Amino acid sequence: MSGNGQNGGKPSILLRGLIRENPVLVLILGTCPTLAVSTQASNAIGMGFAATFVLVCSNVVISLLRNVIPDKVRIPCYIVLIAGFVTVVQTLLQAYVYSLYEALGIYLPLIVVNCIILGRAEMFANKNRVADSLLDGIGMGLGFTLALLVMASIREILGSGSWFGIAIPWLRKNGISVLTMAPGGFIVFGCLIALVYRILKRSPPKPEGCLGCPVRDTCVKSKKIASGEEA
Amino acid sequence: MLKLVSVLMAAVLVNNYVLRQFLGICPFLGVSKDLKNAAGMSVAVVFVMALATAVTYPIQVYLLVPNGMGYLQTVVFILVIAALVQLVEIALKKYAPALYTALGVYLPLITTNCAVLGVTIANIDAGYDFLTSMVNSVGSGLGFLLAMVIFSGVRGRIEYSDPPEAFKGLPIALVAAAILSLSFFGFNGIVENLFPGV
Repeated sequence: MSGNGQNGGKPSILLRGLIRENPVLVLILGTCPTLAVSTQASNAIGMGFAATFVLVCSNVVISLLRNVIPDKVRIPCYIVLIAGFVTVVQTLLQAYVYSLYEALGIYLPLIVVNCIILGRAEMFANKNRVADSLLDGIGMGLGFTLALLVMASIREILGSGSWFGIAIPWLRKNGISVLTMAPGGFIVFGCLIALVYRILKRSPPKPEGCLGCPVRDTCVKSKKIASGEEA
Repeated sequence: MLKLVSVLMAAVLVNNYVLRQFLGICPFLGVSKDLKNAAGMSVAVVFVMALATAVTYPIQVYLLVPNGMGYLQTVVFILVIAALVQLVEIALKKYAPALYTALGVYLPLITTNCAVLGVTIANIDAGYDFLTSMVNSVGSGLGFLLAMVIFSGVRGRIEYSDPPEAFKGLPIALVAAAILSLSFFGFNGIVENLFPGV
């Protein structure tokens, strides 16, 4: 994974989050919100931007504080910072975009445990400069938003025959309604991952061990599990 | 009493956290490879969910709300859960080494498991009282256990299947999860029919 972008200059830091290292479809982080809010394109955009805001803020602040935060307690520190920014987003949405606040429901406070944000703090922001971390935050956030939008568009257009709430004539009456429900989320997500890995000409990851854990790359335990020492 | 049973059944079967509400997908996909690990992880989740609710509910009702600090809910809850998981890990290590060997590996994973934070917030949002909150938490945990145990069986079969190259690994597991999720739709309406008027 290193080499493609880590040393490739600023544009590549920004752009790799979109496709090559898309946090959702390639790195498989943040699956829960992706599956849950991708029933409508408008919710997907709202969730995407809310998470992007938190990600950019947390990346910048964690990068600024990377020499201040003691290494041993860094994860709790990151979680507190992230939770603070999530509270800011919650309060702002509640005040200005109440319909979105209602639509996202419990998944809004759950941005705290969105693996993408803690993952980028641990994998990128705590060892890179502020400007790079800002770009990484924007890129990864937009990648998350893009993945959500693609998922939501497929599910909304085929499932309820509309896009951003605008009805599509024939599909409206012939929607595959199961796509808007829970099973549709799993199926569309599975097919999209298969498609993206096909395009990247790589084989999809195996669903085991610490897949989906944001700190898997730096965790000692995950390496033991991967090498079979600990089951 | 009937109300509590209906909340429990709804949490386990109808509103299954993994298969219907997409909470705790990461461990569902990651740790479901064999039954022993799946069950171990789930038992740890049930335990932490119950404990987290028992601690966060009084904090919300007696500390945050009366002092007008409801907006701190997210920050306080995640910190309490993180601290609790650490405490449980230390306590198990000292007083129940056997249990620690069985469950200890999964405890750090649980801090960032969205199902645990999810259930504590969902209890407050639903306006449950303390007892109902506890029942809902245990039920949600048991629902997670049920989904994990069933899915570990499904995963065993997937190992021997031969899907198209692009679907090998995670994609086919997600498609299998979709079918399992579809089967849980069979429980729709079960609570209303068993406990009319509750």
